[in-house]
Amino acid sequence: MATLAAPARQPGGVGQRGPRGPRRRSPWFHVAMIPFTLLYISPLVFVVTVAFRSFDDIVTRGLGALPASFTFDGFTTAFGAGTRNALLNSAIVTVTTVLLTLLLASMAAYALSRFAIPYRRTILLVMLAGNLLPPQILLIPVSKISEALGIYDTLTALIVVQLGFGLGFYTFVLHGFMRGIPREVFEAAIVDGAGAGRTYLRIVLPLCRPALAALGALATTWVFNDLIWAMTVLRTETKFPITAALLNLQGSFVSEWNVVAAGAIIAAVPPAIVFFLFQKHFVSGLLVGANK
Amino acid sequence: MADRRRARLGIMTLAPAAPQGATVSPPRPRQTLGRRLRRVPLVVWVFLAVPLVVELAWVFWPAINSFWLSTTSWRGVGVPESVGLGNYRALLEDPIFATALRNNAIWVVLFGGASVVGGLALAVALNRPRPGVGIYRSAIYLPMVFSLAVTGLFWRVMYQPGGSVNTALELVGLGSLTRPWLADPETALYAVLIAAVWRQVGYIMVLYLAGLKSCDPTLEEAASVDGASAWQRFWHVVMPQLRGVNTVVFAVTVIDSLRTFDIVWAMTRGGPYNSSQLLSTYMFQQGFTIVNLGYGSAVAVVIFVLAIAFIITYLARASRQEED
Repeated sequence: MATLAAPARQPGGVGQRGPRGPRRRSPWFHVAMIPFTLLYISPLVFVVTVAFRSFDDIVTRGLGALPASFTFDGFTTAFGAGTRNALLNSAIVTVTTVLLTLLLASMAAYALSRFAIPYRRTILLVMLAGNLLPPQILLIPVSKISEALGIYDTLTALIVVQLGFGLGFYTFVLHGFMRGIPREVFEAAIVDGAGAGRTYLRIVLPLCRPALAALGALATTWVFNDLIWAMTVLRTETKFPITAALLNLQGSFVSEWNVVAAGAIIAAVPPAIVFFLFQKHFVSGLLVGANK
Repeated sequence: MADRRRARLGIMTLAPAAPQGATVSPPRPRQTLGRRLRRVPLVVWVFLAVPLVVELAWVFWPAINSFWLSTTSWRGVGVPESVGLGNYRALLEDPIFATALRNNAIWVVLFGGASVVGGLALAVALNRPRPGVGIYRSAIYLPMVFSLAVTGLFWRVMYQPGGSVNTALELVGLGSLTRPWLADPETALYAVLIAAVWRQVGYIMVLYLAGLKSCDPTLEEAASVDGASAWQRFWHVVMPQLRGVNTVVFAVTVIDSLRTFDIVWAMTRGGPYNSSQLLSTYMFQQGFTIVNLGYGSAVAVVIFVLAIAFIITYLARASRQEED
């Protein structure tokens, strides 16, 4: 049933589970895991050190050498080359898309979960199917449709297409969650004289907060990290979100690895912040639709 | 209060106008509470219609269009001219398409295999609560939050001739193995694959951790009492309970493999000499780089056809989940 209820009901998701089973005190676990984990995050560490090295240092001592310099030059150059503007574009697109998607998806989920809409299960599954389609099959027509509508090469086109593509999944998840809300809650609302719209605004949305938070955290990283839709509907560099701008940066600073690394770090920081702030929601978001 | 109630009834009387909307009788003041709950007011139809129209216009309509475009030789100007199945016949003889298809098969097997084995192993290792386990888990799924483009750039830096991969190989005395990983047609595909697996393992681990959490621990204890080894317990007791997660992981892995685009585009753009070309990158090149829209659409349709069985698998599972 409530697809999302399970992870949402287990706060802490990771690392804070109640004691179950015997606690082992063997040191071998850490002896194996510490080097493994360090190796696992070593690409991150390496890129960060490259980003803070000076270009001269990299040229004279090699990319793989231990750093002998510390400078923000890479970041300054990357910002100057337009990543600042690209970050702003990404922020606009992400915030708008996530809010609109959650709004529309919760509306559809409310309609499908609480009312006798004919074929509601079919509608729900068809909507979900839309999200599972390979985007490749949509790319060419989507670019043509946005051209025909005169919104090609605008952030609006990017927002609308991401909105349409994501809707099915979010609707499905919220539908599962809303079905878990006890019937009595809705009966009480009717008795109090609340109409369908009012019930949605005053009761359903507040009750769905955990699901909305999980989906919001996940959707933020998805939309922020998108590349293929941006490449499909945008052409002007100043309108690029950070992912697409990053590839341009790579093209124009081919051997200036400190700049490329700095650009990659700049693009990685916002989703990392979302991750650390909403870790609990993010993890339950990852499980959405997949648990059980 | 009374006003508001009348207004609501006013809305409700409109509802039956909608297609077979209120399947129940027209509104009467003395209906049971249950019926009033389930009848569909106009505002709810609007709630459903707006998202549905957006999705139809931006997902289903374009998808249908792709099928039609794939039977034309359109280059973006003028009227698309029908060529029947000509594009598909051309695909059969297209060596780059064959490479892309083969690479995609390699990708599904290795990307899926490595991330599932790795993710499952880590989930089992990190399943039990103990000090520090949260830190290991976070570190392992952290890459998941970075975009595939960023992941690609991270690893591009790693793979550079003087980068850390080669430096590390030299340090451990394997200097003879060093090479420009992404520029060598022999290794480009696998180099990209490793980067993709690095990012995916954390996600698979999270899925399996959730699956393990819902496993019944008493079964394992019983098997242990019966003298089953750790491996036997895992393979014969735990694995069968993970069947649901396995289905999801399997479907998601194949669907994602067929979609994979960003990371290849960020690292190699399908090169060198098409050695890391996947169906999706080839489709993009045909459609957007050389604006061969009909042909690109045909590749897209092939991707769709390969994915459809797995999409249905996932949907079947999702619908069962909705039922109970």
